[in-house]
Amino acid sequence: MDISNTETIPGKSIVSYYGLVSGSTVRAKHVGRDIMASFKNIVGGELKGYTELLQESRTEALDRMIAQAKSVGANAVVNVRFSTSSVAQGAAELFAYGTAVQVQ
Amino acid sequence: MEDLIQIGITLFVLLVGYFVGSTLERNHFKSIRNRERASRRMMVLTIEDIPSDWQSQDAGLVTGNAVVSLDYFKRFLAGIRAIFGGRIKSYEPLLDRARREAVLRMKQAALDKGYTAVINMRMETSRLASATKKGKSTAGVEILAFGTGVKLAK
Repeated sequence: MDISNTETIPGKSIVSYYGLVSGSTVRAKHVGRDIMASFKNIVGGELKGYTELLQESRTEALDRMIAQAKSVGANAVVNVRFSTSSVAQGAAELFAYGTAVQVQ
Repeated sequence: MEDLIQIGITLFVLLVGYFVGSTLERNHFKSIRNRERASRRMMVLTIEDIPSDWQSQDAGLVTGNAVVSLDYFKRFLAGIRAIFGGRIKSYEPLLDRARREAVLRMKQAALDKGYTAVINMRMETSRLASATKKGKSTAGVEILAFGTGVKLAK
């Protein structure tokens, strides 16, 4: 499965389009991570726990998008976009969407 | 007496935030500069397509992210600044740090997958909501850098 955020897959040509595919996940931080983060808030800088959490969640959203693309028979997803929103206190939604295509 | 202790604790946290925070920031900037120098050969472009004289063998999505927050002292300063308005200097190096870190991580991800350049790089900034009820602590800001890694033929 080829994934890109460009209009085409560089070096390949698109033969057919299958339309929108998307994947999302809503994640909350667990209490332990949150307590650590509030200590980290005193000295500032990177909150590694959150960085990892969001990275994992984004991978999951992408995986769901890829699964959907596979189910419609595509072999690539182009023009992938991400969107992150805080939907509730302590929870964030990670959303990935793109266009499923057949490339050659 | 209790008030004095309260003020004492606040001052202590402010000082710890200031000293530890600025040391960490200096070290982080140093590390960023070193890694930027080391990864200068990997080209990152924001244009959509590769120039027509380049040949691509392989392509795929690469991402890098970083979540950061201000230290207690700078948050305090920013709070005062927000009363009068104007440029909040304490936030600028923080976001600069996070962006450069995210781009470096994206470059590293591209390198690990064997790509030689990244095209159509985009950045996103989002604020994470705090989980604490009182809303006292800022959970942080996430910077995401993503693009399409390409393997160029020689």
